[in-house]
Amino acid sequence: MENIFETGLDALTQKLLLMASHAETAVNESVQSLMQRNHDLALRVKADDDVIDKFEVEIDEMAIQLLTKAPLATNLRLVTVAMKISQNLERIGDEATKIAKRARDLAQEPAVKVNLDLPRMAVLALAMVKDALNSFVQRDSAAARDIIPRDKEVDALNKHIHQQLAQHMMENPDTIARCLHWIVAAKSIERIADHAKNIAEEVVFLCEAQDIRHTLKN
Amino acid sequence: MSTAANNPNTALTIRNLAVYFGANKVLKDVSIDIAARAVTAIIGPSGCGKSTFLRALNRMHELNPEARMEGEIKLFGDDIYSRNVEPVVVRRRVGMVFQKSNPFPTMSISENVTVGLRLNGIRDKKILNERTEQSLRMAALWDEVKDRLHAHAISLSGGQQQRLCIARALAVQPEVLLMDEPASALDPLATSKIEELILELKKEYTIVIVTHNMQQAARVSDFTAFFYIGELVEFDVTTKIFTSPSKKQTEDYVTGRFG
Repeated sequence: MENIFETGLDALTQKLLLMASHAETAVNESVQSLMQRNHDLALRVKADDDVIDKFEVEIDEMAIQLLTKAPLATNLRLVTVAMKISQNLERIGDEATKIAKRARDLAQEPAVKVNLDLPRMAVLALAMVKDALNSFVQRDSAAARDIIPRDKEVDALNKHIHQQLAQHMMENPDTIARCLHWIVAAKSIERIADHAKNIAEEVVFLCEAQDIRHTLKN
Repeated sequence: MSTAANNPNTALTIRNLAVYFGANKVLKDVSIDIAARAVTAIIGPSGCGKSTFLRALNRMHELNPEARMEGEIKLFGDDIYSRNVEPVVVRRRVGMVFQKSNPFPTMSISENVTVGLRLNGIRDKKILNERTEQSLRMAALWDEVKDRLHAHAISLSGGQQQRLCIARALAVQPEVLLMDEPASALDPLATSKIEELILELKKEYTIVIVTHNMQQAARVSDFTAFFYIGELVEFDVTTKIFTSPSKKQTEDYVTGRFG
């Protein structure tokens, strides 16, 4: 016989992973549209954000129904963690949309001639998202903990890009509008890494029943 | 109304049911359709009439000589209160499991399971043995007792005794299983076994369960009916009752403001 919560919790996890794959695709494609100046791809990412939003609503509904059944211990943590992860994924989707909007505008302007390490920043942030979700699937709290300090690297890259762009703007005032787009896009990637870190912290809570948010000096 | 009565998805069609004990009207004008092969939970504060409602479904309340009913109850289209229908026949089609497990203490485990069949005149050992195994398997008890079928029923734990009572109810192959707080005297593990069993049994049986445990109702039932002072206040799919009930009385009860 099946455990009374098994089916519902499995369905919730599956839905969450499906949402995660949409969010990852959105980030991938938004960065691609930015780097390759692909206007059409940027528009598509923007349109697909509705799908991710719908997942968030559905996951909340499923979680609320499960909560009426009074799950306890790991089951209870899984339901609350699923709601938080889905919220972070929704925000990741929003950041991808922001990047896509900047990509759409930048694609119609002449390119800015600065060598930015934005692709590496995107690779790092995306790897954090992927690893955080893997740690969730594997219930691997050690792997989740390892993700958290990686956020610093992304923050440092963002700071560096910000400085490069500030310098470029001072030297080339006619590029200010375009450089601001790049600053916003880089900030969005930095936020994506933050959300990945949040997801990792939720996985630690799920596995260890220990709330590590705001406890580590990162 | 007639379409519901003939609908194979409806096991019990209850129309304008009222039950009196002497001059006291304890159930008032209840009309409800109980879905087949689904679990319907009956909730409400003590004295709201939920146990009386359950007992009316297999004419068990008639054991009280002061009891009297009005209205109509049809089981897959058959009027269970028709003059030519014996209560014993109704109780064979609509089995019941009580709050306190009540195995016959002097009988063995297997005798407890087959007592209903033997009362119905079945003597064939092969049939009795087959039905014993089948019923104990359905009650998820077989693996725990198969090596000691001749042991006294009271040698079992409380949770096992309750599953034995479920096996006994299943042995006569009823169409509907009524459960009156079947897990209220059990510990969490035994309770979860009963709940898992309920989910398993609903694949083949129609189940109506009275429970004081809201979360249990949320876990096992598809539909929930809320009774208050003898009246059916609200009846809906379970998720609706526990997340956004339509009536304020239901909301107040499920959130623990009264009752």
